[in-house]
Amino acid sequence: MKVLKIATAGSVDDGKSTLIGRILYDTKSLTDDKLEAIEEKSRQRGFDYLDFSLATDGLVAEREQGITIDVAHIYFSTRKKSFIIADTPGHIEYTRNMVTGASTAQASIVLIDARNGVVEQTYRHFFINNLLRIKDVVIAVNKMDLVDFSEEKFNVIKGEIEYLASKSEYKNQNLTFIPLSALKGDNVVDKSENMDWYQGETLMHHLERLDSDDINDDSQTRFPVQTVIRPKTEEYHDYRGYAGKIYGGDFEVGDEVAVLPSLTKSKIKSINFFDKEFQKAKRGSSVTITLEDNVNVSRGDMLVKVDEQPTIAKQLEATICWMDKEPLQALQKYYIKHGVNDAQAKITQLNSIIKTDFSGIEENPSELELNQIGDIQLKLSKPLAFDAYKDNKSNGSFILVNPKTNNTVGVGFIK
Amino acid sequence: MSQETIQVAALESEAIFIFREVVAQFEKPVLLFSGGKDSITLVRLAQKAFYPAKIPFPLMHIDTGHNFPETIEFRDRLVKELGVELIVRNVQDNIDSGRVKEETGRYASRNMLQTETLLDAIEEFGFDACIGGARRDEEKARAKERIFSVRDDFGQWDEKNQRPEVFDMLNGRIDLGQNVRVFPISNWTELDVWSYIEQEEIEIPSIYFAHKRKTFVRDGMIWSADDEVVYRDKEEEVVERMVRFRTVGDMSCTAAVLSDAVDIVKVVEEIRDSSISERGARIDDKRSEAAMEKRKQQGYF
Repeated sequence: MKVLKIATAGSVDDGKSTLIGRILYDTKSLTDDKLEAIEEKSRQRGFDYLDFSLATDGLVAEREQGITIDVAHIYFSTRKKSFIIADTPGHIEYTRNMVTGASTAQASIVLIDARNGVVEQTYRHFFINNLLRIKDVVIAVNKMDLVDFSEEKFNVIKGEIEYLASKSEYKNQNLTFIPLSALKGDNVVDKSENMDWYQGETLMHHLERLDSDDINDDSQTRFPVQTVIRPKTEEYHDYRGYAGKIYGGDFEVGDEVAVLPSLTKSKIKSINFFDKEFQKAKRGSSVTITLEDNVNVSRGDMLVKVDEQPTIAKQLEATICWMDKEPLQALQKYYIKHGVNDAQAKITQLNSIIKTDFSGIEENPSELELNQIGDIQLKLSKPLAFDAYKDNKSNGSFILVNPKTNNTVGVGFIK
Repeated sequence: MSQETIQVAALESEAIFIFREVVAQFEKPVLLFSGGKDSITLVRLAQKAFYPAKIPFPLMHIDTGHNFPETIEFRDRLVKELGVELIVRNVQDNIDSGRVKEETGRYASRNMLQTETLLDAIEEFGFDACIGGARRDEEKARAKERIFSVRDDFGQWDEKNQRPEVFDMLNGRIDLGQNVRVFPISNWTELDVWSYIEQEEIEIPSIYFAHKRKTFVRDGMIWSADDEVVYRDKEEEVVERMVRFRTVGDMSCTAAVLSDAVDIVKVVEEIRDSSISERGARIDDKRSEAAMEKRKQQGYF
C-alpha cells in the first residue's frame, strides 16, 4: 500500500493535536486500550469531552505544559491509503522541528483558528511549506463551531492566504481550503451538517486522493553510492556491487553511465535486489548496481546517465534554515553532508536573512540565529555533484554539522 | 536475465538505505537481536542490504533468562543458517554478581535489568552503533525517537536535545564514548511488519501462532503458567487455553491473547481487525503513563 507523509503546522492552541486525535478516532485507528486511557485522563482532568490531544502528546514535559515540543510521528491507515503524520510544533522557537517534520512530507496541513484568522505564525508555516516545495497544502480552518460556521470568516482567511500565495516563488503548489471543527468532528472524516455552503471534500477524503511520490517524474538519473559490496567469496570472487538508493530517474541494464565527480564512463552490467536480477530499477529503490568495467567507485560518488549530468562544483549557493543555538557567521567551517557524501564547508558569505512573513530580506547581516532562514554561499573542500532543490529534493539539499559538537546545525536548499 | 522492472516499496527501501548508512558511517555496529518478529525482520532487511555479501556485523542477544524456550531455539537455528556471529550476554550474571537487584513479587520482571547488561556489553565490545527493531507506532515516547539516536556513556536519551533529521540524511558523527541507537524500521507499523513477514515468507518462532498453553488470568490479561519465571498467586487457577503472543518479551512481562490464528495469513487478518494495541499486552509499559520515556532516558532500548 502507498504511504502518504503529511506534515502538520499550527500555532499554539490551534487544536492541531486535537485534529490528529480526531482523525485517529474517526478512522477507528485508536485501539480500545488507547481510547480508554484518553477517556480516563480526560475524566481525571475534569473535561466533559474527550481530549484527543492526549493521543499524540508523547513526552512528559508536553503533557505537563499541554503543548507539543518535538516532532512526533503518528501512523494510521484507511482502506485506501496508509498515512504518516509528522506532528510538528507551532511555536516560534521551534521552526527547526517544523522543517524537520516537513522535509520528508509530500503534503502538509496548516491549521488556522477561525476566530484569530491569519496570524504571524501562519505566515511562517506557509513560508516553510513554500521553501520546502510541498506540493499539496491544506489550509484547515479550525474551530468553525466557535464562529457560528461563518462562511464570511472562512472567505476572509482564504483571501489572505491566496494573497500570500501570489507573493510566493513556488507556483505549482496546490492549495486546498477546508472549514472544519476538530473537536466536534465537522469535515474531518465525516461531512459537516453545519456548513451547507461548503461543497468541497472532507479533510480525509482529500488526503486519500493525494499523490505520494517523493521524487519528481521528470527528475534526472541520480544514484549516489552508499557503500561498495565485495563479498570476497569463491562464488563472487570479483563481484563489486555499488549499493545505493536511486535519487532520481530510472536506471536500466546497458545504460551508459558516468561516475561523478571523476567523469569516468562505463555501462550498467546488472541491477540486483537481494538474490534477484532486474532489467530496470525505478526511482526511490534501494538496489545494487554492477558496472561492465573495473572503474574506481567509492562511497559518495554518483552514477548518472552520461547525458544527464548535474552541476559539479566546489562552491554553491543555498537558502539555509539555521537550527542551532550558536548562530551561523561568515567564515565559519562546518562539515557538509550532501546526501551520502561528506565534505568540509566554509561559509564564504552570509548574503541575507529572509523574513518569513514575506516582508522581504535583510541584507548583509552579521549572523543567522536559531530558527532564522537566510541565503549563504559555501566553499567546499571537494567537488560535489548537486542539483538545484527545485529540480531534485534529494540531491538538492544538505545539512551542516558543527565539527565541535557533531550536532546537525542547519539544513540547506541549493539554488 | 530477468526482464522485470523493480520498484522497491518505500518502507523497505528506506530500511535498506539506513542499514547501508550504518555500515558506511560506523566502525563497530551490532544488531540487537531479541528473537522477536521485529528483530527477525531486521535480519532479513540486513541480508537484503548487503547481498551477496554476508551481514557485515554480529547479532547480540541480551538474555534475561526469562525468554520463551521457543525463542532461544529459533535464535540459534537462525544464526547458524546465516553464518553470522552471535553474542549473548546474560542478565543472570549481573544478578549473581550483585550488580543489579532482581525484583520480587507479583509484577516482578527482569525487563529493567536488561539495560545494565546492554550498557556493559556495549562498553566491552566498543560498539558505536546498536541497531534495534523499535518502531514509532509502538508507543508515544517512541514516536519522537530519531532514526539515529545519540546516547551518552550511560546510554541516556536526551529527548529535548535530539538532532534534527531532515530528508534522509543521517548524521552519525559522535564523540568518543557516545554511541548511536539505530532504528531502521522506525516508520513501520505492526501491520507492516506482519505483512512483510507474510510477503517474504520469513520464519518466526512458533509462539507467535495460536497454540495450546497452560495459562492463568490476572488483571484481565492472560499469563503463561511457568512457576519458575512468572509469579502466580495460589488462587490464580491454571487453565489450558488456545493462545498466541503478539510480542515476544520476557515470559514474566508478556501476556498472551486468545487466538485461533494458526498461520501467518490468519495472524495478518487478526492484526488488521485487532482492537488492542500491541504494547497493551506489555505490563512494563503500564506501570505509569511515562514508563517508556523514563526507561529510555536511562538507556533502555
